[in-house]
Amino acid sequence: MSKWKKYIIKLFLYPLFFTGLCFGMPSTVSRTIWVKSGDSLKEKIEQAEPGDTIIVRKAHYRPGNMIIQKPIVLKGLDYPVLDGEFRYEVFTIASLDVVIEGFHIINSGRSSMQDMAAIKCLDAHNVILRNNILENTFFGIHISNTNNARVECNTLRSKSTYEYEHGNGIHLWKCKDADITGNNIHGHRDGTYIEFVTHSSISENISRGNIRYGLHFMFSHDDTYRHNVFKNNGAGVAVMYTANVTMLYNSFENNWGSSAYGMLLKDIRDSHVRYNEFIANTTGIYMEGTSRTIFEHNIFRENGYAVKLMASCDGNNFQNNSFVLNTFDVSTNGLAVFNKIDGNHWDKYQGYDLNQDGYGDIAYRPVSLYSMIVEQVPPAVMLWRSFLVFLLDRAEKVLPVVTPENLKDNKPLMKSHDFYLQSE
Amino acid sequence: MSRIIKYIFYDLLRTRFILLYLVFLLISTLAMFQLDSDPGKVTMSLLNILLMIVPLVSIIFTTIHFYNSYEFMELMLAQPVNRKTVLIAQYIGVSVALAIAFLIGVGGPLLIFGGGAAGTSMILSGIMLTLVFVSLAFLASVLTSDKAKAIGGALLLWFYFSLIYDAFILWVVYNFGDYPLEKPILVLISLNPVDLARVMMLMKMDISALMGYTGAFYRQFFSSSSGILFSVVVLVFWIVIPFYCTLKVFVKKDI
Repeated sequence: MSKWKKYIIKLFLYPLFFTGLCFGMPSTVSRTIWVKSGDSLKEKIEQAEPGDTIIVRKAHYRPGNMIIQKPIVLKGLDYPVLDGEFRYEVFTIASLDVVIEGFHIINSGRSSMQDMAAIKCLDAHNVILRNNILENTFFGIHISNTNNARVECNTLRSKSTYEYEHGNGIHLWKCKDADITGNNIHGHRDGTYIEFVTHSSISENISRGNIRYGLHFMFSHDDTYRHNVFKNNGAGVAVMYTANVTMLYNSFENNWGSSAYGMLLKDIRDSHVRYNEFIANTTGIYMEGTSRTIFEHNIFRENGYAVKLMASCDGNNFQNNSFVLNTFDVSTNGLAVFNKIDGNHWDKYQGYDLNQDGYGDIAYRPVSLYSMIVEQVPPAVMLWRSFLVFLLDRAEKVLPVVTPENLKDNKPLMKSHDFYLQSE
Repeated sequence: MSRIIKYIFYDLLRTRFILLYLVFLLISTLAMFQLDSDPGKVTMSLLNILLMIVPLVSIIFTTIHFYNSYEFMELMLAQPVNRKTVLIAQYIGVSVALAIAFLIGVGGPLLIFGGGAAGTSMILSGIMLTLVFVSLAFLASVLTSDKAKAIGGALLLWFYFSLIYDAFILWVVYNFGDYPLEKPILVLISLNPVDLARVMMLMKMDISALMGYTGAFYRQFFSSSSGILFSVVVLVFWIVIPFYCTLKVFVKKDI
């Protein structure tokens, strides 16, 4: 009976509705459409009107490629599975104001020609993607030419061994005012890839175990990164050709490899790096062509090289950072120094503080002679911590010949700044 | 033999040097743990003791002890006792005493404050180094009959293994830097017990610095069980071969 009722209602309502549209009457009715197992999700979306909400019950759907060209809200109840069967891009969104929430999307199609993704957004301003689980997808979320996108609390998991097998977790291209918060990305090529994205905020994401970079951005000015964790990624984090970036409270951990960096800065200028932690990376920060950037209150701990400061950097200022238990604190490749490293805490500092102002009375030279030797002849690293190397380093510290004479901390902090934070 | 070892032990305790050594190790290790709350930094400072003090004390003490107990040995050899037995008993007595001092002096605090994997391998390599340098000291002692010469030789050996040999490796690395040096360096390092012990510790402590191509090669080697076995076997060779030579010389020596 109820089925008949529905058909009758549809028979009457639809013509009414369409005549309404024909006469230019604004439709203010927004409906809720329920989708259950056995229904065609694709048809329901085609039938939906702008402003409708589609609620999808828990089941396994194989919807093929769904193209959304009207502002609708799609919600999954208890994470219904949308299976791309390794052939289809599951969602293609090309409309304003679309919301996709609570789906478990698996097995998207794979194609490097088309950049297939689980959710792709093109010109989809104000899109909201929230609480989805994406598994085994090529690209996870791919957003281009979209303003004001919000990507919140999604989980992206993928398994791959080679870079070409996989796309990026969250990929943004030419966006503005995006907000990427609370996502968990694992096993993609780049965890988060951002290009030509401005005035955006990336916060509280966890990006680990990705094959290439945990975070990779280029030409993305005026963005803020807060409270993200980048861990165990193939090559750490790489950020390039960008101005005015703010990085706060991020954590860069365990990025191991000859070309792996906690953070690689290439052609970055006028940026701020504050309160971050760099722990157990082969290289904490690698800087090349970086200008006028301020590094404050960061902690460098147990890294191979805490900072590799190339001679092409200028006007950078390191202050109040703590360098603890790093094998080498700072290394560089030239004698010219255009950067300031005054007022940091170095655990290897052996000076004294007679006037008790908290700053050591003699300068500290963080560049070790042996780090320069290792740079030239890598096998020499096997002599590290031998008595001979200790003597060489001592001699060089007293009378710098090979290491840059001016790269020194004139006011080394006697105590680490986080000690002050703890005691406050 | 056990009775001879017992007498040697009593003799060693009477000189009190072993006790002093134990107390020195204990105090310095404890002091390091007190001064620095970070176990990582403590292991780093302990590494210096391990690589400098342990070989030095072992080699010098053993040489002096050998000459001090020369008369005792002569007395023993006048009895119907095998020369080998006397020398082996001497070796066991001295090396066990020194090893126990190290075990208590460094291992005790490490056990209390927690040293982790680095701590375990530090104790292991410390004991191995003690045995190696006792062995070398015996060789230096039997090769001359003059105490001063023997001490000079022992010092020279210590100097050679801790400094001169590394300088030689550095020279090789610098001059042949254009060639793939990973394997030759591995061989060179195993020719020096101090370097071998140091590299074993390096693998535990500075692992993130070693992740360049070269470092990855060594890490793969020394972290694998076959690599650990290799270093232990090489260290055992460093104990056995000098002592075997000592035995050969001592058996034929005109005392």
